[in-house]
Amino acid sequence: MTDNRAAGVSNLTVRYGDTLILDDISFSVDRHEIFVILGGSGSGKSTLLRQMIGLERPVSGEVFIDDINITRCPESQFSEALKKIGVLFQGSALISSMTVSQNIALPIIEFTDFSKKSIDRIVRVKLSLVGLEGYGHYLPSEISGGMKKRAGLARALALNPEILYLDEPSAGLDPVTAAEIDRLILDINRQLGTTIIIVTHELASIFAVAQRVIMLDKSTKKIIAEGTPEKLQTECDHPYVCKFFNRQT
Amino acid sequence: MMSIMAPDSPSPPFEITETDDGKLTIMLSGPLNIKTASPILNALTAALKNKSLTAVTINLKHVSRVDDYGALVLYQIKNDVLPPDTDFHLLNPPDVLQTMLDQMAAGHSDSPGQPDATLSSKFILQTGEATIDTLKSIKEFIDFIGAIVLSVMRFLKNPKSLRTNDIIGYMKTTGVDGLPVVAMISFLIGLIMAFMSSIQLKQFGANIYVASLVALSMVSELGPIMTAIIVSGRSGSAYAAEISTMKISEEIDALVTMGFDPVLFLAIPRMIAAIIVIPLLTMFANLFAIFGGLVIGITMLDLSASSYINQTFNSLKLFELCWGLSKSFVFAIIISGVGCLRGFQARGGASAVGQAATSAVVTSIFLIVLFDSIFAVIRSYWN
Ligand SMILES: Nc1ncnc2c1ncn2[C@@H]1O[C@H](COP(=O)(O)OP(=O)(O)OP(=O)(O)O)[C@@H](O)[C@H]1O
Ligand SMILES: [Mg+2]
Repeated sequence: MTDNRAAGVSNLTVRYGDTLILDDISFSVDRHEIFVILGGSGSGKSTLLRQMIGLERPVSGEVFIDDINITRCPESQFSEALKKIGVLFQGSALISSMTVSQNIALPIIEFTDFSKKSIDRIVRVKLSLVGLEGYGHYLPSEISGGMKKRAGLARALALNPEILYLDEPSAGLDPVTAAEIDRLILDINRQLGTTIIIVTHELASIFAVAQRVIMLDKSTKKIIAEGTPEKLQTECDHPYVCKFFNRQT
Repeated sequence: MMSIMAPDSPSPPFEITETDDGKLTIMLSGPLNIKTASPILNALTAALKNKSLTAVTINLKHVSRVDDYGALVLYQIKNDVLPPDTDFHLLNPPDVLQTMLDQMAAGHSDSPGQPDATLSSKFILQTGEATIDTLKSIKEFIDFIGAIVLSVMRFLKNPKSLRTNDIIGYMKTTGVDGLPVVAMISFLIGLIMAFMSSIQLKQFGANIYVASLVALSMVSELGPIMTAIIVSGRSGSAYAAEISTMKISEEIDALVTMGFDPVLFLAIPRMIAAIIVIPLLTMFANLFAIFGGLVIGITMLDLSASSYINQTFNSLKLFELCWGLSKSFVFAIIISGVGCLRGFQARGGASAVGQAATSAVVTSIFLIVLFDSIFAVIRSYWN
């Protein structure tokens, strides 16, 4: 079972000061899977994602990227783990002093030996992948929120990571662009075999891409449901899950 | 029985009916919302104050619309205007009203003010928090020094990872762009020093020593410290603001996940740039101050340019120059290090950026003066 694990957490507990955010959470994501983390606003999805990429340390529990336990491993192994992942932050987090192209090129320059010309070509491919042809020379402050999201996605994809972490990739996008992003996620998953972990609220996206979802609950701080979206919609045994999937109040 | 109309708000009006046994009925009409709430509340408060009433009934039959501000009027009359033992009734309240009143009555934990505590416990709390904060910031300071050492080692292992283009950019913003203000201020300081000292020295016919005084005090003391203070205000604060902005917008987190070392990426180039340009700026400051002194010497002290310059060179030893420059080297580390550290320490929203910039300047000026005193002590033992 662990052989097939691309990422996961076990018995993870997270607090901010005295406030419990996540309580004893465990799950694992299979290789090549598209895995979706759901939950109401403020239920700790972004917090969970930040834990999963090692930006913050848990109170207790373990976090895995591939087979590396990033909660207790030497620095060098952690850097190894980081080389396998790409991350899109909720607020895009593009480096504001660099153009979109420079942002995408940043990890490529650092971690490969390609010439400047080849890197330019790769950047162009990544830009058109997310539909931002011609916007490479814009600064992050000069493009719209949805475009920043897509530029952030292109940067996360820069080194064709094994695992992609996306925090609300289609929030703030119009339905057509959002559907294009879903399509892109499916294509990446299919063509490169990338494991993709997504935090999202968008029902349409969930049904379009998710192979398995978990749902976090704000009051119990635990996972209240796990399974395929279709299963959660029809056989939900938790009232909040039913409401979520059937858009009730 | 008597009846009054609200004095200064013709619409929406209300009508008060009072019986002799202290029972009072208020008939409100028209909308009761954010627009009308304030005048109605004021008028009703004025009408009800200082009356001994046993029961108040407000009839809402003719009220066309109620929002939460309207509910606030009723809530306030019941709880704040009327004495607590008065009977209070609402006639014909709309459904939404009761919900809003209940929400207002529910606890005060969401009130937007500061979390309140009694004065004494506040003092103890603040003292404790301040102590913890200080300890934390000392720890962060030590951590940061460690991180810098690690980054330098990383750079030595992999020189490509240093962003040389950034260094040149920071050299420009810190050095080239800072030169005019440094030059201007040190020129004026040289001018003032020469002028003030000449008043005394003239009496002894020792005009020529104005040149020595300006040169010596500037090169070994004022030049490094003035330049450091100007640069910390210009660039130390800018470093803190830039890095803290990146911190709060998750840019630094993004760098970490991309496998960059944020200290090597952001702090080391700034520190290198500062270490290169601040001693240079200090030399320029010395030069301009001596020039300022020269202007006074020629125009007011009847000295010739050549004698002034000769005297300057005679009184300056190479040691003084090196002493001043080694000070400015230390100040450069302080300014850039503190600026970057404050940036990395920022937490929270936009105000964190301002705080980072302010505390970068305050801390570095404090450390500059402290280290300047240490230099002075070392020198006095040395001799
Ligand atoms: N740095 C922090 N310090 C203290 N509390 C925090 C911090 N970051 C998040 N929290 C708290 O953790 C909880 C979860 O936040 P998180 O950002 O993970 O929510 P989320 O599920 O991503 O919500 P959304 O869907 O709105 O993005 C919130 O209650 C928030 O107040
Ligand atoms: Mg979030």
